[in-house]
Amino acid sequence: MTIILDPTDERVPVARQISERSGSVQGVVGLLNISKPRGNILLDELDRLLTENAPGVEIRHYTKPTFAKPCPDTLRHQIRDECDFLVEGLAD
Amino acid sequence: MSDQKPEFILKDLQGAAHHFDGTGPALVCFVKEDCETCNIAGPVLQTLSQAYGDAVRFLVPGQSGEKNADFAQRHGLTMPVLEDAGCKTSFSWDFEIVPALYWIDESGAVVTHFEGFVRDDWQALSDQMASATGKAAAQVDWDSLPAWRPGCGSKHFDPEVYDALRAEAEGSRLRARKVEVASGDDMAEFMFDQGFSDGLPLVPPTPERVIRMLEGTHRDPQDVIATVPPNMGPATVEKIAINAVMAGCKPEYLPVVIAAVEAVCTDEFNIHGVTATTMGAATVMVVNGPIVDKIGLNGGLGALGAGNRANATIGRALRLIIRNVGGATTGGVERSVLGNPMKYTMCFAENEERSPWEPLHVERGFKAEDSVVTVFAMTGGPVHLVDQTSRRPDQIAGSLGQGLEGVFLPKMHNLPIDALLVVCPEHINTLTVDGPYSKDRLRDRIQQVTARPLSEMVQDDHSGAGIPVADAERMGPEKLAQLAPKFAGKEYIHIVVAGGDAGKFSSAFHGWATGEVGSISVSRKIDLG
Repeated sequence: MTIILDPTDERVPVARQISERSGSVQGVVGLLNISKPRGNILLDELDRLLTENAPGVEIRHYTKPTFAKPCPDTLRHQIRDECDFLVEGLAD
Repeated sequence: MSDQKPEFILKDLQGAAHHFDGTGPALVCFVKEDCETCNIAGPVLQTLSQAYGDAVRFLVPGQSGEKNADFAQRHGLTMPVLEDAGCKTSFSWDFEIVPALYWIDESGAVVTHFEGFVRDDWQALSDQMASATGKAAAQVDWDSLPAWRPGCGSKHFDPEVYDALRAEAEGSRLRARKVEVASGDDMAEFMFDQGFSDGLPLVPPTPERVIRMLEGTHRDPQDVIATVPPNMGPATVEKIAINAVMAGCKPEYLPVVIAAVEAVCTDEFNIHGVTATTMGAATVMVVNGPIVDKIGLNGGLGALGAGNRANATIGRALRLIIRNVGGATTGGVERSVLGNPMKYTMCFAENEERSPWEPLHVERGFKAEDSVVTVFAMTGGPVHLVDQTSRRPDQIAGSLGQGLEGVFLPKMHNLPIDALLVVCPEHINTLTVDGPYSKDRLRDRIQQVTARPLSEMVQDDHSGAGIPVADAERMGPEKLAQLAPKFAGKEYIHIVVAGGDAGKFSSAFHGWATGEVGSISVSRKIDLG
């Protein structure tokens, strides 16, 4: 990671960056269902594919109470503590 | 010697943390694995620790990362060898040479401190420690050791380490938001994505580079130089320095950039209008005075072109500040219909040596020994004025005048609009071939040769620009026969000298709206402390 100093007047947040990619999937993969209809179908299929193609990986499912509100802190912290990766089924 | 040294917590080679709370009795010796003198001191430290280690805590912070282990093994060190990662502790203890040894008493007072290896000092230390601890003197074969070895520069003074440490240190002068760029991200692409760029790659403004840039000025980093439109962002010295780094400036250019920011953010210059106008104006900077030679600004061969770092990056830094601190992005508040390449950069020095006149800054009321930046709002240029055959002063002056006909449109005269004429040395030679030829005489000549009857400025089938036909009819033939020069007054004609010695090619910049409703050129003295 490199640090640079913001050349602007700092009224706009810096655009968020993607996390570093490790190049492989291992450990615990979380699948977060945001409670949008049919999100579970996509995530279940992902579960099947991961189990088939990455046998060592543990998969855990999580569900947000409602897609209309941000993820509750407790759930975010739980996911942070338990998972190495997270896939979130975001939209329709 | 009694100043107390800062506490630290450092890990040893096995990963165990050692807390030095500032008090002793302790012997702390900073070493570097590849330092020959440290390797002379290594076995001595081990012998001292065997003799006095029961009564005095020995700590050896190493500056060599993984190689600290080699050092410990080479000398069979049994005291904790600590990892001074990034040399932060070395920096806070503030010594210059390794080995750097401190003997510290119970109260935290430094009893003895020395750097390098002076055998008599080390021997005296051993004797002092023996007497203080009541232990038998350490058995060191002093005669086998060299009388004196200078030691090596501490690693924390390596430029890249030192500037990073200064930037991070408590009390750092930097206040700007730190932006973390993931190692998986391409830094150049990241800065493009953030919108920091004028379209060209930028130098990453790391804290170390910004700290170095700030060395170029005596001004406090948090001094606010100006508020920059359109967002009215405060341009602190630090923000100016960050953008100057990105533009590629050297620290010694910074005072020029600061003066330029001050100049363009005045009500007279009106950088907001200059940036926002659909006409596509840009700032043209002319620098005069001793700073020109000091920092290598170019007023000679190729002065208006590429190839000189100071010219290129000072102009660019100003532009980046307007963009980043002021928020004037292209397509946002910056709304030129076409724009022009001067929007990247346009800064040059006057060639005072080849000028027969007083330099621009002296003409504008400054002392010759002052260094001054003057800013003009220009929409076009540099436009070449080619005359290779005139041999008489009034001929070349006439050509320069005719060359200015293009300002706005050749048809339009009586313009209350600035022009900046850049006369090349060979044209100066011709102008002065019979003796002095004043700037005012040149201005008069320009007005004289460009004078045309108003009747030529009436709107017609060739061009709908100019005097409306109805107005012309009201004016009548007598009024229409009156001559109108190119400029509404000769004060609109600004003249400097620049360029190389060979070539009969002068140049001109064409102005934007001049005056209260537009922009008035501004000069600012460069603060060199």
